[in-house]
Amino acid sequence: MKNRFLHLIVAKPWLVLLVGILAVVALSYGGKNLYFRGDYKIFFGDDNPQLQAFESMQKTFSKNDNVSIVVEPKSGSVFNKETLELIAKITEDAWQTPFSLRVDSLTNYQHTEAEEDDLIVDYLVSEFSDVEITDEMIEKTKRVSLAEPLLVNRTISPSGHVSMVNITVQLPDKLDQTQDVVEIAAFVREIVSKYQAEYPEVNFYLTGVIMMNNSFVEESQGDMASLIPAMFLAVLIMLSILLRSVLATVATLIIIVTSISATMGFSGWLGMYLSTATISVPTIVMTLAVADCVHIISSYYYNLRQGMSNDQAIEQALEINFSPVLITSATTAIGFLTFNFSDVPPLRDLGNLVAFGVMLAFVLAITILPAFLKLLPIKVKKRDDSNFGKMEQFAEWLIKNRKLVLPASTLVIICVAALVPLNKVNDVPTEYFAEDIQFRYDSDFMDEHLLGVTMIDFALDTQEASGINNPEFLAVVSEFTDWLRAKDEVDHVISLSDTFKRLNKNMNGDDPEEYKLPEQQDLAAQFLLMYEMSLPYGLDLNNQINLDKSSLRITVTLDNIGSGEIVAMERDVQNWFADRSPNTKVTAASPSLMFAHIGERNMQSMLTGSSLAIVLISGLLIFALRSLKLGIISLLPNLAPAAMGFGLWALYSGSINLGLSIVTSMCLGIVVDDTVHFLSKYKRARVLGKNAEDAVRYAFASVGKALWITTLVLFTGFMVLAQSSFSLNGDMGLLTATIILLALAVDFLFLPAFLLLVDKKVYKIDGESEYVEANQASTVA
Amino acid sequence: MLKQIKPLQWLNLGLLCTSLAISSIAIAQTPEEKGLAIAKERKLRDKGWGDTESATKMVLRNAEGEESIRKMRLKALEVQGDGDKGLTIFDEPRDVKGTAFLNFSHIHEADDQWLYLPALKRVKRISSRNKSGPFMGSEFSYEDLASFEVEKYTYKLLREEVVHGENSWVIETIPTDKFSGYSKQIIWIDQSEYRVQKIDFYDRKKSLMKTLSFLNYRQYLNKYWRANTMSMVNHQTNKSTDLITESVEFRVGLSDNDFNKNSLKRLR
Repeated sequence: MKNRFLHLIVAKPWLVLLVGILAVVALSYGGKNLYFRGDYKIFFGDDNPQLQAFESMQKTFSKNDNVSIVVEPKSGSVFNKETLELIAKITEDAWQTPFSLRVDSLTNYQHTEAEEDDLIVDYLVSEFSDVEITDEMIEKTKRVSLAEPLLVNRTISPSGHVSMVNITVQLPDKLDQTQDVVEIAAFVREIVSKYQAEYPEVNFYLTGVIMMNNSFVEESQGDMASLIPAMFLAVLIMLSILLRSVLATVATLIIIVTSISATMGFSGWLGMYLSTATISVPTIVMTLAVADCVHIISSYYYNLRQGMSNDQAIEQALEINFSPVLITSATTAIGFLTFNFSDVPPLRDLGNLVAFGVMLAFVLAITILPAFLKLLPIKVKKRDDSNFGKMEQFAEWLIKNRKLVLPASTLVIICVAALVPLNKVNDVPTEYFAEDIQFRYDSDFMDEHLLGVTMIDFALDTQEASGINNPEFLAVVSEFTDWLRAKDEVDHVISLSDTFKRLNKNMNGDDPEEYKLPEQQDLAAQFLLMYEMSLPYGLDLNNQINLDKSSLRITVTLDNIGSGEIVAMERDVQNWFADRSPNTKVTAASPSLMFAHIGERNMQSMLTGSSLAIVLISGLLIFALRSLKLGIISLLPNLAPAAMGFGLWALYSGSINLGLSIVTSMCLGIVVDDTVHFLSKYKRARVLGKNAEDAVRYAFASVGKALWITTLVLFTGFMVLAQSSFSLNGDMGLLTATIILLALAVDFLFLPAFLLLVDKKVYKIDGESEYVEANQASTVA
Repeated sequence: MLKQIKPLQWLNLGLLCTSLAISSIAIAQTPEEKGLAIAKERKLRDKGWGDTESATKMVLRNAEGEESIRKMRLKALEVQGDGDKGLTIFDEPRDVKGTAFLNFSHIHEADDQWLYLPALKRVKRISSRNKSGPFMGSEFSYEDLASFEVEKYTYKLLREEVVHGENSWVIETIPTDKFSGYSKQIIWIDQSEYRVQKIDFYDRKKSLMKTLSFLNYRQYLNKYWRANTMSMVNHQTNKSTDLITESVEFRVGLSDNDFNKNSLKRLR
């Protein structure tokens, strides 16, 4: 069956080509449906509890997707005519931002004060920028803002050297908000560039959720524009070195291009969207497809050099590569398919697409590729390959020094793997971006000079209409606010208890002694009503109070702490309320919290996924090698590289983000290829009656070079990915490249030394020389 | 205050006035002149209603579909040559019961506003330039509820179309006050009775923000039309508010004495 199929390819290349190209075109046509989603919400499934809590809170109160403009006058103070004028101008322009709901700044802050028996609620500086700012206004702004808990450490730094204008936007409820995000970001950048020219003495910084989403879009596009061409270039260089033939390189490139376009088109047919994660699909598929092609073309060349006819060389190359390439493609696909355990939809998409792409590349490599090889006038000079000598020398060296190599390599593996627990799960969305990206730079600046970008909203629900006016509840809120502010990591708290205290003071003739909570519920309710009736458009309290005033929202801004600390903070808050006010229902929600939880949960589920990958892949190996013993031995070289990789990662970075959670599964599927090749050759020699030493020699001689080549290809591919400006993709690429390199070292050093130690028994001699591979083919094909 | 009644009232001044008005609209040439003429007629037809007392329920809904209800009583007094006077007494929620809001609407300057806080037993004047803010956390702002005065806007007739089954003029109005929360409003005024059927509000960045529909019009004293339900939908936040008039009485004998700071304290 297999042979008849392989013969057909050589016999009717045009037919194969036609059918193949038609299928590829049909799949690729689905690419028309593809679109890019840049918002962070793609990382969360619809049933994600933190996403649901967040959505619900946004509907109950108001949205808080935002853009922050931070201004830093080089003079070191914002309290001067020029800077306040600038802030007023930015504020006025900011209202024109598409989808904006509210703008909060130093100049439009609604300051309250008593004037005789009246309550004056007015703009701290001015609603419009066309007023003359007097020294008196400057002085008042400084005095009021630096003493106002709502402003200090948020709108204004305690030293007055930076100030923030915060624009809250409400994106329309639809799936793909990318265009809106890009539009908002472009608008705000336009404002900034306008004033940059006008105020060269002021530095501007742009951050916030919208800018983050926009950076996801921009950097993904940047990645697509730079990584994919870089990958093509790397592939071209590698192929021209390895194949030394323009036509063979062209044939391989065609396989790569068709694999990628059919895979992406397929995702389009399935209605998937492109995301920051799935933009890595082309690079990864390309890497894995190259490996397939190189195996087949190398054999083809080898055959030609041995003097075979073109047809014979092709058929023979397919024959001997079919099974190994199928097995290695299948194990790689299994590794990627276990991404389905992930809680992060784009990672699931990534896994499924690469798995599809890998299997497709396999199919194309055994159909279209040989058809091209048949049709293209490829010529190869007859010559002997001399590299085999080096591999044999290495094998000799290893066999001689095995008593040293085994303990040394074991020690290194154990020591490096022992570092793994030093890693911590940590998902900080801003840190997904490299430090040289403007968004990251601006966010870091804001974190250092004003407040962090990590935020948690707490809805405190009294479960009773008008409950927030209850003095007992307000006392709890005030205590809670103080408790939060006492924490080191807390930068700022927006709490209605501050507003109540201020109103109480205002209503008592601005007596500082009266800066305390109203003592009766009706008093509190009426103060609040009066205050609400005095606030202008866009500056109301709907972002802090729900409709029936049963629930209020406390917004806490934190330093850029890790996900573990965020989750711990949420738990501490729940405990605080359980202890102090058990009747208050507390809900926490925010993008930061969503990322914190998804990191932890995803790690748990990917551990399950990786475990399953180990079981499935080992099972496949035992089956393919027809040896339980070798299958179990293979576990060591399959798992050790990942363990070592994460051990080294602990030294390099130590924080594990979403992108890294999939590395174990992915690497397992890829590095197992080395083991499959090595062990299958080893076993083949053993069943032919050779002892372990000779079997190791044989394995090195026959697949040593091929392993070098595929490792080089894979390492290069993932190192290209490592150049991504997203740490999500970049870290994943870097760690995977490292693990692939380690896997080769383990397979070349530890595995043979270990086999020489434990595999001393004599194998039952099997006459069938093609036993292993033939068996693989018939069982899996 | 709360001439929330006001925008509802376009009256019919009888055959004479009507024919005069229609002829003046016919004379008007440019879309601006036509728009202004319709606005003047709208105001004219509601002239003479005197004073009213009504009970109103406000139903607030958020994007989650949760509801909250506010109840209040309204007293209104027509003032010739300036904006009207209004008095709103809150009944629900309970903790603001008895709170009363007095508003003197003005055409050319900021309104005068006072609030009586029963818990404090004091009347406080409040700064009223911020008329663009939400009223009681609802989707209505003061300016949506304030009395309609021709001078507050400039007008332009855009087209005619049928809305709520009525042939209507569609007029673009632009507020003359820069403290308004809107860049413009598009108003549908029916041609049969000069009643406002619908208003689209555009925010300061010129995006459609809210739509107010006037439903269940009833005629009082054979002349003055009042919509029983005013339904405001915010397209940006998906929140909405219905303002439902539960009862309304005309000419109950209110006078200036019922609309001053001292009268606030006497209320219950």
